[in-house]
Amino acid sequence: MDFSLDQEQLALRDAVRRYCEGTYPAHERGNPEGPELAATRWRGLADMGLLGLPLPAELGGSALGTTEIMLVSQELGRSLGGMGFVPAVVMAGQLLAEAASPDISGAWLPRLAEGHARLSVALSMPEARGDFTRPAVRAERRASGYVLSGHKAFVLEAERPDLVVLAARTGAADGDPDGLTMFAVNTALAGVRLVPYRTLDGRECAQLHLDTVQVDTSALIGNPGEACGLMRLTADRGIAAWAAEAVGAIEALIDLTAEHLKTRRQFGAPLARFQALQHRVADMLMRLEMARSLACAAAVAVAEAPDSERRRFIDSAKGYIGKAGREVGNAAIQLHGGMGMTEECRVGHYVKRLMVLDQLFGNATDHIERLAARIAAG
Amino acid sequence: MRYRYTAEDEAFREEVRRFIQENLDPELKRKVELGLRLDRADYVKWYNRLYERGWATPNWPKEYGGPGWTHLQRHIFDEECQLAGAPRIIPSGINMLGPVLMAFGTPAQKERYLPAIQRSEIWWGQGFSEPESGSDLASLRTTAVRDGDHYIVNGHKIWTSYAHFCEMLFCLVRTDPNAAKPQEGISFLLIDAKSPGVTIRPIRMLDGGVDLNEVFLDNVRVPVENLVGEENKGWSYGKYLLGHERTGIAGIGSCKQQLARARKLAATQRAGDSTLLGDPAIRMRLAELEAELLALECMGLRILSENQDLHTPGVEASILKVAGTELRQRIYELLLDIAGPQALPFSEEAVQTGLDPALPVEELYAAVAANTLDVRKVSIYGGTNEIQRNLIARAVLA
Repeated sequence: MDFSLDQEQLALRDAVRRYCEGTYPAHERGNPEGPELAATRWRGLADMGLLGLPLPAELGGSALGTTEIMLVSQELGRSLGGMGFVPAVVMAGQLLAEAASPDISGAWLPRLAEGHARLSVALSMPEARGDFTRPAVRAERRASGYVLSGHKAFVLEAERPDLVVLAARTGAADGDPDGLTMFAVNTALAGVRLVPYRTLDGRECAQLHLDTVQVDTSALIGNPGEACGLMRLTADRGIAAWAAEAVGAIEALIDLTAEHLKTRRQFGAPLARFQALQHRVADMLMRLEMARSLACAAAVAVAEAPDSERRRFIDSAKGYIGKAGREVGNAAIQLHGGMGMTEECRVGHYVKRLMVLDQLFGNATDHIERLAARIAAG
Repeated sequence: MRYRYTAEDEAFREEVRRFIQENLDPELKRKVELGLRLDRADYVKWYNRLYERGWATPNWPKEYGGPGWTHLQRHIFDEECQLAGAPRIIPSGINMLGPVLMAFGTPAQKERYLPAIQRSEIWWGQGFSEPESGSDLASLRTTAVRDGDHYIVNGHKIWTSYAHFCEMLFCLVRTDPNAAKPQEGISFLLIDAKSPGVTIRPIRMLDGGVDLNEVFLDNVRVPVENLVGEENKGWSYGKYLLGHERTGIAGIGSCKQQLARARKLAATQRAGDSTLLGDPAIRMRLAELEAELLALECMGLRILSENQDLHTPGVEASILKVAGTELRQRIYELLLDIAGPQALPFSEEAVQTGLDPALPVEELYAAVAANTLDVRKVSIYGGTNEIQRNLIARAVLA
């Protein structure tokens, strides 16, 4: 592998960093966004060209790759910004561009890129821990299309998305990778009900209830009954981008902690003079650079590696970075002392975001277990 | 960023693989894979093959007789060597002194010593540490006093690897006891280990090995042409050398080799009706270490790539050193746990040859305990991991 970055990629990173510094003021990071602010910032991401980043040019996108997604996600992670970017663009957007009917991709992706539509994904249930074979929605074939019924607990990072990508069972039983079918469901359809709520990082989320919702065949993504691979790829793209987002958050926590240790004085000296604290900071930095290395590897693997290799990189990245995020978060709170426990201090907001990222699509332990199962299988 | 190697790199990997297959003696490979002790003849046998192929000094540039490989080619070479069970490169001459001589040596020193290092004719021992100067190396007390065309050296060095089969030593010595700062009065001297007044005493270590030595220097006469660079500038040459050492001592290849060994042992070791690979606790530890190793490996590759985001440029070698050595120690602890009671029977004979009919265990386990004890050294040498953590922290806190 070669992780070299070119000048255009560096320029994109720097532009997004500047944008985030202006858009997400340091003392407000992590505060919940009301609907108006969320909408303004969504359009802001569109104006930066980020909502079309990986989409084909003919659909209003810039056709950039996973390296650019990684760099952007990292900057968004540093500023706790970009709500909706990963589910809408990295997961739903790329999937629709590749596997949806022209009706759907042609209608929705240009609007996504312009910031006029909110998209989301609903892939995971609370008890599923990254097992995508239990979708909790059934789809029955009808002459004109499909009828969907069921429930999704996590419509990610959007309260009222216009379009939700989800999987349903069209055959076989739960636990079976066959018989899964993906749909793009317009939330304006009869029988669709969204119940908004917030996750612990203050971000938008929703439950989705589907009560005999009729969709026509253009809502199909990929081939009926064969969605498992597509879902896995979509999830892995999300995991790779979240890995980069977590790296950005870890980096921000280290900056906040270093600043605090240099300014806060006890026993007549800055805290930075105390070796016990220095060594905790050194461990945080080591975790950061190792995590960033795996985030890079996950990004290239998602783009280029064969399936089995991709799984190894994704499981390793999710497993390592989940744990690294927790360790750095815990250390950052500890080194900030009592202030680290307050709502006013931004440290806790980064910690909460890292907690959410760890638990999405299977946490660190779940992914290490998957690696372990493959080791046992030889 | 790219996942795949280029066709040229893949062809290079194939070439290296074929070379090792054709040239690595199976008995030597067995010794390396079982973690048995190697002697000088074992190393020289392998190094001579590498020399004939022009690969004896993988990190040297072409102008000094190295292969002039790219960073990536060096990585591929190391990886293939370790996966195939080839002996490691002993760093003192090739990776430590070599680069110092190239950067600061006189033409005569380069001409005399660099080819001899390549041909494994002259082996070098490092004389830096002293009994009273470990992490605080600048406090060293060995003195060198100018006497005509010679320095007269007196002092006591310790932890010199392989000094018992070295021809030469490179030492840090104090040439100006009155310098304003302790770092300023130090010089870098090359000393013939056979000179009158040099006494080498092996130190027996926890694992029974005797690779480390004390070196006593008693009125040793060293010609002034053996001074490297300028007098009293030795500290900066020593730092330059340690910078080269640290990246290597992350031991990424060794971690890979030993984790593969752990996997193999776990698959061999019966536990009830299954093997230890069926034990969820062992399997989880293996998986966790594999994820960390992948992180370390990617970190190593990332440092070689262009335009990287490094939060604290300049301390990446320290980060690799700490992360790599601590990972290696945990891998050996897992190896020990996998071996379990099979690690208990112990004899010098078994650690040397893998075979001791008196012991009730197979050769696979002969050196596991000795290796696990030996690897405690890696977080101590090359600047302790605590010193490295000081350096890493300083990069953000200073």
